[in-house]
Amino acid sequence: MLYIPAYYESEKYIKEVRSLMLYTIIKENSYQDSVNLMLLTNKISTMDGINKVQIMMGTPANKDIFKTAGLHTEELEKAAANDMCIVVDTDSEDKIQEVLDEVDQYLNNQAIAGSKEEFETVRTWDKALKALPNANIALISTPGQYAAEEAEKALDNDMHVLIFSDNVSIEDERRIKEKAHEKGLLVMGPDCGTEIVSGVPLAFANVVKQGNIGIVGASGTGIQEVTVQIDRLGGGVTHAIGTGGRDLSDKIGAITMLDAIKGLANHKQTEVITLISKPPAKEVRDEVVQLLQSVSKPVVAIFLGEEPHAHEGNFYYANTLEETAAISVDLAKGNAVKANYYQYNLEVPAVDLKPEQKTIKGLYSGGTLGYEAATLISRGLGLGKSEHHEDGYLLKANGFEVADLGDDIYTQGKPHPMIDPNTRIEFFQKAAQDEQTAIILFDVVLGYGSHEDMAGALLPGIEKIQKAAQENGRNIYFVATVCGTDQDPQNIQEQKAKLEKAGVILRDSNNQAIRTALAMLDIKVEEADKEVVPAKVEAPKAEITISSAIEKFLNEKPSVINVGLKKFTESITANGGRAVQFDWRPVAGGNERMRKVLSVLR
Amino acid sequence: MYGQFKTIDEANRAVIDKVVSSSPFLVDVVPAKSVIKELNGKVLLHAGPPIKWENMTSPMQGSCVGATLFEGWATNSDEAFAMLKNGEIEFIPCHHVDAVGPMGGITSGSMPVLVVENRDGGNRAYCTMNEGIGAVLRFGAYSQEVINRLGWFRDVLGPVIAKALKVKGDGLNVNVAMAKAITMGDEFHQRNIAGSLIFLKDIAPYIIQTDATDKDKQDVIKFLADTDQFFLNIAMATTKAVMDTARTVQHGTVVTAMCRNGYEFGIRIAGMGDQWFTAPVNTPQGLFFTGYDQDMACPDMGDSAITETFGVGGFAMIAAPGVTRFVGAGGMDDAVKTSNEMMEICIDHNSNFSIPTWDFKGSCLGIDARKVVETGIEPVINTGIAHKEAGVGQIGAGTVRAPLACFEKAIDAYAVKLGLIEPAAE
Repeated sequence: MLYIPAYYESEKYIKEVRSLMLYTIIKENSYQDSVNLMLLTNKISTMDGINKVQIMMGTPANKDIFKTAGLHTEELEKAAANDMCIVVDTDSEDKIQEVLDEVDQYLNNQAIAGSKEEFETVRTWDKALKALPNANIALISTPGQYAAEEAEKALDNDMHVLIFSDNVSIEDERRIKEKAHEKGLLVMGPDCGTEIVSGVPLAFANVVKQGNIGIVGASGTGIQEVTVQIDRLGGGVTHAIGTGGRDLSDKIGAITMLDAIKGLANHKQTEVITLISKPPAKEVRDEVVQLLQSVSKPVVAIFLGEEPHAHEGNFYYANTLEETAAISVDLAKGNAVKANYYQYNLEVPAVDLKPEQKTIKGLYSGGTLGYEAATLISRGLGLGKSEHHEDGYLLKANGFEVADLGDDIYTQGKPHPMIDPNTRIEFFQKAAQDEQTAIILFDVVLGYGSHEDMAGALLPGIEKIQKAAQENGRNIYFVATVCGTDQDPQNIQEQKAKLEKAGVILRDSNNQAIRTALAMLDIKVEEADKEVVPAKVEAPKAEITISSAIEKFLNEKPSVINVGLKKFTESITANGGRAVQFDWRPVAGGNERMRKVLSVLR
Repeated sequence: MYGQFKTIDEANRAVIDKVVSSSPFLVDVVPAKSVIKELNGKVLLHAGPPIKWENMTSPMQGSCVGATLFEGWATNSDEAFAMLKNGEIEFIPCHHVDAVGPMGGITSGSMPVLVVENRDGGNRAYCTMNEGIGAVLRFGAYSQEVINRLGWFRDVLGPVIAKALKVKGDGLNVNVAMAKAITMGDEFHQRNIAGSLIFLKDIAPYIIQTDATDKDKQDVIKFLADTDQFFLNIAMATTKAVMDTARTVQHGTVVTAMCRNGYEFGIRIAGMGDQWFTAPVNTPQGLFFTGYDQDMACPDMGDSAITETFGVGGFAMIAAPGVTRFVGAGGMDDAVKTSNEMMEICIDHNSNFSIPTWDFKGSCLGIDARKVVETGIEPVINTGIAHKEAGVGQIGAGTVRAPLACFEKAIDAYAVKLGLIEPAAE
């Protein structure tokens, strides 16, 4: 009994000293589950400057617990059972607001991060940004008329943009690219089909080994073939940045290409920069080349359709996509660049043809692969530079034809030939009916986005044609390349086996397939050695600066808001990227009046 | 342009802040005419936006007949029909007099109403008490059994609960009851079992202490124990009181009411005050009791969509796995999808009502009419389905969507009111 006064004394003492540091906050009529509040208490107690904290509902039993914890205050007595009570022991009153903010934030964000790896599906930008707050790139595959608008929304949220959609006006392209450039962001596309960011393939792209070669290209299948060849030759890729086919036109002025080159120039892991493009407008080309010459890393460039004869300093020119890859890999490995990359023994199968069978029909799903075929065949026939023909034909001369079946005129209301075999089979049949046709040259492009078994899908058509030809006492030869890697989602060995079983003559690259087909008709395309000459104008090695957003983009796995085709999320989540699926529909169902109303009510 | 707010988003935030900071208490049960002065004449309240007698569904007309008989304005149903047809009785929407009513929503002066006070805003809202299932006025039944029950409500149930609330003093905190019930599987429209149970648990000790007869106490407790949906009407009065406080912020695009009268669906948005924006109602789809089918379903009725306006009901489908299949959703996945979809048109989560089955996210908060129009996602409403003939009663339950046109009209009118756009040419 004697101890009781002493006990009270001591408690009073403690109270007086400590009450200077105890702060009580009562949130009236704010009911929360006790488990929740325990978790919240744990969280707040880890904050800097907080000595002790207790958060509970103000029930009589809980008030006793506050006492036991030495956190009882007079204000607490006023709290009712439905009031949330927060008592904080801190030396600094400033901390109280921080605690309150933290409490509010916690209560507002009670969602437990799901353990599921699956991506979330959303219908609005708001929700998308909440689902993936760190998203750094939007992949847009909406109908073209809406793509620019969605791209701007992404830019407004400080995200880089990859526009897969085509049919975006060049004025829109210029406007959004300028806006992006000002914000230090990249707009890849429109009509950009292929992209690899830190090993994550986006849209139509292959799974290639990571390495030290950074690619920037204005051509989708051009990037696919070069990355695939790099992989096959034992090299690897840091990034492959697509710019969209019109980026190097004088109307756009290579806005994306220039920023991408600067990004790769400053990207540590990138030791070789490889550029793929159709020949750009003169002034644009000068600007790009000048920038590349000021980069201290070796550069490999292919301007498709050109016939370079020399390398300039640390700037190497290639004639074919395969050569582009081969030079890049030699540079990447520190090997000397060879004078000639065409010194191999091409195995040329013997042929048994009727006298009138003199021509090749190249029927491509990949536009740039077709363009390469048209270029080499023209050279073989001594036709000079190939012109773009009507109806997606890249070459139509002396019975020789090369068609890009992915051209807009074949894809109106029909899937792209990389997804659907039907257009190709139709053209195979048409080609076989032409008595002059000796060889059908084609590509099978693997990777994400493409058909899961294109070889199997084309096979029945090929076999039917061969059978019909044989019944007429003729042979039709099929020569092809499979553009893919061992890591691609399709099984490349199986794809090759299927084609070979049907007698298709396969080559490891498009270049070799074209040369094989030509050689089967006794046509040779010679490649002269290239010597290294000093750069014409030695540009000063300038300090190249890039935005922090681009630097960040090139140094992490992408977090993607996938606006449109759901299929594109597969490659992202399967390769270590993060994605949220935005099931896009036109704003207000396309109702023009409502679109206007919504735009004024922003 | 938006009053003290710089942007619509800011105004919307102010509206939903009032929803979050609400403090609704059930304080009393009183005769409707004692608090709604309009009911002192030959006046009936009805659900939904304004409607004429000839446009009412058969069940709503039946309810009017029942109320006319209950008030003693007519001695038989033929007489009642004639009076109603002749325009001798005036109709006012519940929403115009701080009230809400389920299904037909027919409310007359002598009916007892629950009184919920939002202490945050200081306003009150009223709703009749839930009659249970079977032959009930809200579905258009007007038999003697129905009239007798209404008499018992007036003479016993209402007064006993009122007395119990007086003994308790200070009212019952409804947010607390709802926060508990939502973790117990209620979404406050189709399922109110937990809420009803909590209400009974909270009120029973006080009922015992009243001076009512033992029989009345027994009858009241038995009725409350038997009536799974009793809490629905409390939730309706509560969400009405809260949304009415919220809409004192007369700016922005947050939806402040959704209701249906069987003919038209009506909504209000904060920035357009009391104005209704209407479109023809849909007919609910769902599951039917044995012997009934979709063809017998009455078009959508009732003020109960005030619960969805508040962010529960169909929006909180994920909280009520017990009824997801009953209302046409396939299971947990569909329930999650439904609530996630509704979040696309809402501004935030209401952390007062954390839902365990939704990773403890709060219930939906603040339907933004702009988002409805932008996405084309129409709000989903969980609802009972009435037979299209008066008096048959409830024949099933399901879901129905609020028509997009209401939202289009609302934001169009708001943009015009702000002078941001010319009115559309007719």
